[in-house]
Amino acid sequence: MERDKNFILGVYDDEDVLLHAVSEVRTSGVKIHEVYTPYPVHGLEDVLGYKRSRLPIAAFLFGMLGTTLALTMQLYMMRFDWPMIIGGKDHAAIPDFIPVTFELTVLLAAFGMVGVFMISSNLKPWAQPRIFDLRSTDDKHIMAIDIANNTSMEVAKIQEILKSSGATEVNNKSFE
Amino acid sequence: MQVTSSVREPLVTGGKTYHDVTHDVSRQVEGKPTLLWFLAFLTAAGTLAIGLIAVTATVWEGIGMWGLNKTVGWAWDITNFVWWVGIGHAGTLISAVLLLFRQKWRTSINRAAEAMTIFAVICAAMFPVLHMGRPWLGAYWALPLPNTFGSLWVNFNSPLLWDVFAISTYFSVSLVFWYIGLIPDFATIRDRATGLRKVIYGALSFGWDGAAKTWMRYESVSLILAGLATPLVLSVHTIVSFDFATSVIPGWHTTIFPPYFVAGAIFSGFAMVLTLMIITRKVFKLEDYITMTHIELMNIVIIITGSIVGIAYITEFFIAWYSGVEAEQYAFINRATGPYWWAYWSMMTCNVISPQLFWVKKIRTSIIATFALSIVVNIGMWFERFVIIVTSLHRDYLPSSWAMFYPSITDVGVYLFTFGLFFTLFFLFAKFFPVINMAEVKSVLKSTSEKVRK
Repeated sequence: MERDKNFILGVYDDEDVLLHAVSEVRTSGVKIHEVYTPYPVHGLEDVLGYKRSRLPIAAFLFGMLGTTLALTMQLYMMRFDWPMIIGGKDHAAIPDFIPVTFELTVLLAAFGMVGVFMISSNLKPWAQPRIFDLRSTDDKHIMAIDIANNTSMEVAKIQEILKSSGATEVNNKSFE
Repeated sequence: MQVTSSVREPLVTGGKTYHDVTHDVSRQVEGKPTLLWFLAFLTAAGTLAIGLIAVTATVWEGIGMWGLNKTVGWAWDITNFVWWVGIGHAGTLISAVLLLFRQKWRTSINRAAEAMTIFAVICAAMFPVLHMGRPWLGAYWALPLPNTFGSLWVNFNSPLLWDVFAISTYFSVSLVFWYIGLIPDFATIRDRATGLRKVIYGALSFGWDGAAKTWMRYESVSLILAGLATPLVLSVHTIVSFDFATSVIPGWHTTIFPPYFVAGAIFSGFAMVLTLMIITRKVFKLEDYITMTHIELMNIVIIITGSIVGIAYITEFFIAWYSGVEAEQYAFINRATGPYWWAYWSMMTCNVISPQLFWVKKIRTSIIATFALSIVVNIGMWFERFVIIVTSLHRDYLPSSWAMFYPSITDVGVYLFTFGLFFTLFFLFAKFFPVINMAEVKSVLKSTSEKVRK
């Protein structure tokens, strides 16, 4: 069977039921494709076994880039390219360069991190998301299970596991 | 696990379910605009149009249209600039600082407060841009662009240039922070819509699907952005205060300025948030989301920051006397008893006395009193900037050049223009964007709503 086409969906009403259900379903050997929730459910990434996001590292690296660029730019312009005496200060008046350096650090860290977030999560205005259930942005938590990924188990068995884990509905969804 | 306190008031009242939250917020976007909204919008747009005459006159004729003279070279423009930037600070404080402190009550007000921040910063930026006289050349004076004078670069030793970087960074980071929060809510509206609305909100929602992995990254991004925005917001008004503090003008040359300006900014910003929220909750029937608890907590922030501002006023006066510097002492005596005494005492009454009324529980839990005092505070904060700027300049070191400042009709018109701009943008936001962060409210709903908890 082709992957990423046919799914079984478990619909959950409550975030705490969902958290238990995810652990239960995973321990029973079913591989979960992804869980779609209307709001951030704390602890969901842990029970799903996701690794911590590395976005803070990206932010730090972009921030360092901002600091370096800002200091280099100001030193080049004020000390080397066109030195002028302003207020009797040194050409390389480092304390005076700190505010702009700070601002550019923040600017690059924020934009760099958000850029990486957009790319890694495929967020763009022309993106066509696959919506498993329209209610997943309203009030339902949707657990999607790829049938092709769980060939060792009968579909009916998976549906049974979802039901007993507290799903209020168990549906099927196929994409072209 | 969510823990419910038996002592604290619930954050969302009226026993709302998750679907109720979606419905209550989305229906404002989906419904036809009401007559009240049209009237409000037309008033704002009309003010904008009238103000545009003054802006056009300034650009066409030059800065001579303003009431400035050679002694007072900075007056309404910089007063309005600092006032608008200050108002913006509350939005970032609510969305970033309260996020770091895990204050869950921020969730129902952060969206609108951040929108206010963005619009207020746009209004603020109008003044320095117009004061350039030839704004179309402004990029050469404000940004380090290569030019045919050498290149002769901009002066990185000047606080005015730091301001360019601070304000533009603040604006763009706030805009990104706000938009990231809007994406999941746009997706909610997209999934309820059909036809053209589905296409528009589909593009705005950037293909959001609510996957657990994306939420995990979203949370991580929000936390880091909050961590970046917190020192950023403090740096912005610190740098604004450097515009004055690094000069040698008596009344400006004080080290107390950065903390004093930041406190004042948060003070006026929270007052503006209250003014806008009290109207929004009433017009959009959101009393269950923006509750009396929210209003009371914001009033408490006003007491604290108002008291800091009051202490700063008294400290300034004391230090002027204690310094033994005659020019400094005169500047402060002149503020309180000189020709601008009425501005000084308006500032003292509105900023020092009026927020102290909120110690009385009856006053800080009264909608009418809060609304009235929130406007009083913003009048007071406008006078604060006017007093600091104009009274320090109008009697300078050389008594033969002492002068008075009187605003011209163009000065008033440009100020009116920014009011029109601010409210036009805010009303458009309130109609077409979800005014409450639905996803975040849903995430705190379980600990606060009877119906969901079961």
